[in-house]
Amino acid sequence: MTNPLFTRIFKLNIFIMALTGVAQMPIFKRYYIADIPGLGWLNDFYLTNKIHYIFGTVLLFMTLYLLTVFALGGKQYFKLTSSGMLRAVLYLIVIATGALRVVKNLHSVTFDPFTVMVIDWTHLGFAMLLGVAAMFAFFKGRKPYLEGLPGFRR
Amino acid sequence: MRDKNGISRRNFLKGLGAGSAAMLLPARDVAAAPKSGEELCTLLDLSKCIACGECVSACREVNESKFPEPKKPYPEMYPTSRVKVEDWSERRDVDDHLTPYNWLYIQSAEVDFGGQTHEINIPRRCLHCRNAPCANLCPWGAAGKQKNGIVRINEDVCLGGAKCRTVCPWHIPQRQTGVGLYLRLMPGFAGNGVMYKCDRCYNLINQGELPACIEACPEDVQTIGPRSEIVAKAHELAKKNNWFIYGEEENGGTNTIYLSPVPFELLNEVVDKGIGRPGFSAVEDSMADEEKLAYAVGIAPFAGIAAGVIKAGKFLASAGGRKND
Ligand code: SF4
Ligand code: SF4
Ligand code: SF4
Repeated sequence: MTNPLFTRIFKLNIFIMALTGVAQMPIFKRYYIADIPGLGWLNDFYLTNKIHYIFGTVLLFMTLYLLTVFALGGKQYFKLTSSGMLRAVLYLIVIATGALRVVKNLHSVTFDPFTVMVIDWTHLGFAMLLGVAAMFAFFKGRKPYLEGLPGFRR
Repeated sequence: MRDKNGISRRNFLKGLGAGSAAMLLPARDVAAAPKSGEELCTLLDLSKCIACGECVSACREVNESKFPEPKKPYPEMYPTSRVKVEDWSERRDVDDHLTPYNWLYIQSAEVDFGGQTHEINIPRRCLHCRNAPCANLCPWGAAGKQKNGIVRINEDVCLGGAKCRTVCPWHIPQRQTGVGLYLRLMPGFAGNGVMYKCDRCYNLINQGELPACIEACPEDVQTIGPRSEIVAKAHELAKKNNWFIYGEEENGGTNTIYLSPVPFELLNEVVDKGIGRPGFSAVEDSMADEEKLAYAVGIAPFAGIAAGVIKAGKFLASAGGRKND
């Protein structure tokens, strides 16, 4: 269903999204990370926000591609493992709230401040949960997303 | 207590005296504006300001209950070499720039223009941008823009990271250490207080009253009303008097429109600039690139679905083929 190149691009994308996402909080300067030669750009909120948008676009494309393939063709051949299901749901929540943030930043759109706060906290909270899940997977050994036919694993 | 209605009426009568219906925007119009779906906007006619400071005092008086009351000692913040305490609680009377206790101040400038020396006094505060980067880029949902155009920082939620000050083209919000939510989270490692700025007296506006600085001004420097009316009025006055406009287009458009007898480039050259002292530089729309990128974000899911349909078709065909083998 997916090939190794797709997986690699997906992982790189997630890494950049996590990095530029964390850079939206004013901590890289505080902790001297932006002082490391070559990492000064991490302290540019506008630049990192634009990079977040660009890679968010790629992520949306890849996610909707995967969902479509899975919905149309995969369902009968693959089953998500329970940990795969959990991570997929986390991803979807982070992506959906991220898309809402893009919408609210449009000139013509104003959400009320409370709604914006709920969106922001959800985006941040679930992104952090994803980070925890990734950490867990890293230390406890990777679990596959899919129970699939041989030859069609990620 | 001030008799708000009385003062409103005084302004009301003054407005009649001036003989201009659009300049006459009593409190009830303010309340009506959000219902009409339009954002509230202010017009500041700098030819009128005499730097009496009544607006500054009124702002401090009316908003005193919103000012921070930090308790010392403040928790140590790490790394101590980088994170500095910003404490204005013992310098509350500073009124020559923006602080957490002074959301409005008067900037003064002398400018030679058109063969004359002009003394211009300028009330400075948050401009309430229409697509405010301070609100858009706050990672924590503490800064927000209301539908009536008021941009506010929620003092119960703000962690004081000061990103809003960094991304604001005029660096308006100011920080007070030792108050707010960060104290209850990890005060040593994240946050540094709460950011404060003009909230356009949102509570007074909600009651249909005028912001304190507008109400208090003896010269009627400021006018408030629905944005389209204010913009029209600004253009009318600018055309009639050969004046200059600032704030209509800056940063993608703000809800604060300055009208000046001298060009803003000249004002920008002479006004004191620095921490809490904004200038009048030309400001491009901070969120313009994001606006363009949003199109790509909008198209991406559909492109993904289309690619997925093609891939699934091929996959099913090959899987079907394998079954037949
Ligand atoms: S002037 Fe600065 S603080 Fe005020 S709304 Fe605009 S970006 Fe925000
Ligand atoms: S609108 Fe209210 S908070 Fe803003 S400067 Fe005027 S008095 Fe102060
Ligand atoms: S009260 Fe009016 S005239 Fe006096 S400083 Fe403020 S804006 Fe200027």
